[in-house]
Amino acid sequence: MNAKALDQIKRYPGFFPVALLCLVLLYTPLLVVMIYSFNDSPSITLWGGFSLRWYEDVFFGLEATKLRKAAWNSVSIAVMASICATIIATAAAVGMVRSGAWRGKTASFALLNLPIMVPEIVTAVATLIFFSTIGFKAGYATILVAHIVFCIPFAYLPIAARLQGIDSNYEQAALDLYATRWQAFKRVLLPLLAPGIISGFLLAFIISLDDFIITNFVKGAGVETLPTAIYGAIRQGIKPNIMAISTLMLLVSILFVTVSYFVGRIDEKKHAG
Amino acid sequence: MSGLVEKSSFGGLRTRLLLPAWFTIGFFLVIPVLTMLVYSFLTKEFRGGVLWEFSLAAYDQFFFDRGLFGDEPPKIEWTYITIFWRSIVQAAVATLICLFIGFPTAYFIATRSPQTRNLWLFLITVPYWVNLLIRTVSMKFLIRDTGPLNHWLMQTGLIDSPIHMINTNFAVQLGLFYSYLPFMVLPIYASVERYNFSLSEASADLYAGRWTTLRRIVLPSVKPGIIAGCILVFVPSLGAFLAPDLLGGAKTFMIGTLIEEQFKGAAGNWPFGAAASMLLLTLVMVVLLFYARSHSKQALHH
Amino acid sequence: MKMMFKTVTTTATLAVALGLGSTTAHAEGSLSIYHWFEYIPQDLLDKFAAEHDVEVTMDTFDSNEAMLASLKAGKMGSYDVSVPGDYMVEILANEGMLDTIAEGELANRGNMEDKWVDVSFDMGRKHSIPYQWGSTSFSVNKDVYSGDINSTSILFDPPAELSGKINVLDSSGEVLALASIHLGIPQCTTDRDQLKALNALMQESKGHWASFNSDGAKDVLVSGDAAAGMIWNGFGAKARSELASLEYAYPKEGYIVWMDNVVLLKDAPNRANALKFMDFLLEPENIAAVSNFAQYSAGVKGVNELLTEDLKTSRESNPPADAPAGSFIQVCDEATQKLYETIWTNVKK
Repeated sequence: MNAKALDQIKRYPGFFPVALLCLVLLYTPLLVVMIYSFNDSPSITLWGGFSLRWYEDVFFGLEATKLRKAAWNSVSIAVMASICATIIATAAAVGMVRSGAWRGKTASFALLNLPIMVPEIVTAVATLIFFSTIGFKAGYATILVAHIVFCIPFAYLPIAARLQGIDSNYEQAALDLYATRWQAFKRVLLPLLAPGIISGFLLAFIISLDDFIITNFVKGAGVETLPTAIYGAIRQGIKPNIMAISTLMLLVSILFVTVSYFVGRIDEKKHAG
Repeated sequence: MSGLVEKSSFGGLRTRLLLPAWFTIGFFLVIPVLTMLVYSFLTKEFRGGVLWEFSLAAYDQFFFDRGLFGDEPPKIEWTYITIFWRSIVQAAVATLICLFIGFPTAYFIATRSPQTRNLWLFLITVPYWVNLLIRTVSMKFLIRDTGPLNHWLMQTGLIDSPIHMINTNFAVQLGLFYSYLPFMVLPIYASVERYNFSLSEASADLYAGRWTTLRRIVLPSVKPGIIAGCILVFVPSLGAFLAPDLLGGAKTFMIGTLIEEQFKGAAGNWPFGAAASMLLLTLVMVVLLFYARSHSKQALHH
Repeated sequence: MKMMFKTVTTTATLAVALGLGSTTAHAEGSLSIYHWFEYIPQDLLDKFAAEHDVEVTMDTFDSNEAMLASLKAGKMGSYDVSVPGDYMVEILANEGMLDTIAEGELANRGNMEDKWVDVSFDMGRKHSIPYQWGSTSFSVNKDVYSGDINSTSILFDPPAELSGKINVLDSSGEVLALASIHLGIPQCTTDRDQLKALNALMQESKGHWASFNSDGAKDVLVSGDAAAGMIWNGFGAKARSELASLEYAYPKEGYIVWMDNVVLLKDAPNRANALKFMDFLLEPENIAAVSNFAQYSAGVKGVNELLTEDLKTSRESNPPADAPAGSFIQVCDEATQKLYETIWTNVKK
C-alpha cells in the first residue's frame, strides 16, 4: 500500500478542526482572564488600558497579607504532603511490584488507589466527620493529614509504573554480591527509580496545591489555602485582583508542567542513548 | 526482560514496606468512610450537630415525603432522587460532549509525527494543571450576560441581546466538560497510539471506506481507552461541586451542592449529608464494579 | 539527576521561604474573629492590632445560620468574638454558646446609645455590644423595571421583566420573615393553614428566582446577573455606588430591621483581647469608620457627626416618611422552628 493510500485511511476530515476547537475551548477562558488581569479599569466589563496595578494589589494591597499567608500555607502543605506521600508511595511501590504474587495483592492495590476512586466530596465529608468525632481539632494539621492521604495514589502510580519497567536483575545482582537490601535499594534501585519518584512528587505537589473541596471542609479557623481564599473572594464577585492571582497561579502551573515535561524528556534521551 | 517469573527481591519486606501506606489510607480514609456510614444512622440535633441515637430519619428524608407537618402518610420524595438523577444526566451529557470532542482530538494527535504529537499533548495537558477553581471561574467570567463572549457576539452583530447562559443547566454542563476534558483525551490517546494501523490497511485492502474502518475496526480496538476516558469524566462529574455552585447559581442543585449545603451551608443536617454521601459512594462503586467486570471479561477474551 | 533535583528543591524552598514567609514580627497576643464578609475595614483591624500589639485573624460567614452551623460543627473554642444578628444572639444564648461580660469589664459601656442597651434579645447587654443596625429589603435595577418597586410583590409575585432575574439572600430567617410579611401572617405562627400558605408561596415564588446568594448579593446586581435582589440597606448603598440605576425599596407591606452585635463567645481563647476589641468598637471614631465602610448605622453615642455626607443623606439610611416601620425577626420555639426549617428545606431542594 502506498503512503498516500495509507494516509487516506488514517486521516479523517473534520478531526483536525475538532482538535483545534478543543484547544480553543480549553484556552479561551484562561486567556480572557489573563488579558483582563492587565485591565486598568476596576470594572471588569470595560477595558481601560494596560496596567499592572492588580498585580501590585496582590502583592502590596489590602488583602496582600491574607493572600501571602494563604499562599504560604498552600505551598508549605503541598511540599510536606508530597514529600510524605512520595516516601510512603515509594515504599509501597517496592512492596507491591517487587514481591511476586501473593494473596490480597489486588485488595492492596485497591486500597492504595482508594482515594482516587472515592468522590472528592465524599472523602471531604468523611474526613470532617471523622476528625470531629475523634476530637482532632480543625486547623493546619488536619489539612496536612488529609492531603497526605489523597496524594499517596498520585505519587504511587508513576513510581510503580517506572519500577515495573526496571529489570529486577540489577538489584538481584547487588544482593548476590552480599549487599544488604537497604544498600541494594539505595545504590542500585533508587537512582534508576529517580525519574519516577520525581514525577510522583511533582504530581502529588500539584494535586495538593490545587485541592479545594477537601481543604475547604477540614480547615480550621483562620487557616486558608490559596484556593479557599480565592473561593471566598469569588463568592462576592470576580474582582480584577482575583484575575491577577489566577494568572499567577496559571503561570506557576505551566512552569511545573514544563519542568516535569523536560525531566521526562531528559530521561527519555538518557535511555535512548 | 525480567523473565516470566517475577523475582521478589524485596518480598520478605513486603508487609513492612506496605504498612505505612495501608495504615495511612486505612486509618484516614476507610475508617472515616465507616464513621460517615454510622453518622447517616444518627439523629440530627436541633440547630446543627448530632445526637448519638439511632435513627433512620436521614434516609427517610431522602426517600419519603411525609408532608409539611410530618404526619401525612409517606409518599415517595422525588426531589432528592431527582437531584441524583439530574446529576447523573448532567454527568452523562458532559461525558458525551467530552467523548465527541475528545475522541477526534485524541485520534488526531496520535496520528501525528512524534514531535508534533508531544507538542499537542503538552498543549492539551497544560490547562489541566491549572487549578480547577481558576478554570471554573474563568468560564463563569466568560459566559455571564455582561461577559466578553456575549459582548463579542453582540459586537459582531450575531445576536441582539445577550444569551443568558450563566446559572443554567447548560452552564453547568459546559463547566463539567471544561473541567474534565483532558481526562477523556489522554486515555483515548494512549489507546490509539498502541493501535496497529496495519489493521486499517488490511481493511482498506478489502475495500472498506474509512468511516466503516473507523466504526468496525478502530473503535472496537480502542474501546478500553474510550471506556477509561468515560469513567474518568463521569465519576468526578457526578460528585462535582464547583461547576454547579459557581456556574449553576445554587438553584440547579446537584449532589455535590446538596451535600455541601448540609455541612457548610445553613442547613446543618449532618446525618442527612452523610446519608447522601453514602448513596453517592454506592452509586460510584457500582459504576466502577461494572467497569472492573467488563475489563476482566475483556481480559478473558484476549 | 539526583544532584539537580536536590539543588532545585532546596533553591525553591529557600525562595519560597524568603518570598512568602510572614513578614510581621510576632505580636504579644492574638484575637480570632468570626465575622460577616466585607463588614469591617482592614485598616481598622490594623489599627487595633497596632494599638494593642495583637495579631488579628478573621474568618467570614455569609449568614447567621451558616455561622451557627459552623460553630456547632466544632468551631467553638477557635474564635473569641463573633457578630450575630439580633435573633441569632438570642439563639446562641439559649444554646449556651455565649460568655457573660461582668460589670465593669467593659470600660466604654457608657458609650452605648440608651435605646440599644435593653434589647429584647440581650437584656442589659450581658453578652453583647451593638455593632451596626440596618434594614433588609431589596434593590431593583430601574433600567430593567421602572414601575413602583415599593412592594414585596417584587420578590414574591414579580412583574414579567423581573421574573427569572431575582436573587434572594441565602438565609432562612430573613427570607421567611419577609415572606410572612408579604402574606400578612405573624412570624412563628403555629396555625396550620397559615404555614401551608407560606409553604405554597415559597414554592410558587422560587420559580421566579435565579439564585440564592448572600455574599454575592451586591455583585449579582452590579454585574447584571440579577435585575432585582434581596439585600441589606448598606450593601445596597454600596451596590448603588457601583451601578447608579439600582434603587433600594421600602415595601408598603413592611420590611425587616436588624441589629448586628459583637458577642463574646464561650471558651474564647483570648478573652482579655476580646474585651479590648469590644471596647475598641465602642469608641465613636472606630465604629464610625465601620459605618462609613459598610454604610450602616451604629449604636454608639456621638457617631453621627463622624459619618460621611453621603451616608447621612442616603435613601438607604433614611426611609422616606411614608414608609412603614420595619420588624425584627422573631425567635420561635423548637417545635415551630422545625416547621419553618422544613419549609426552607422544601425551598432549597
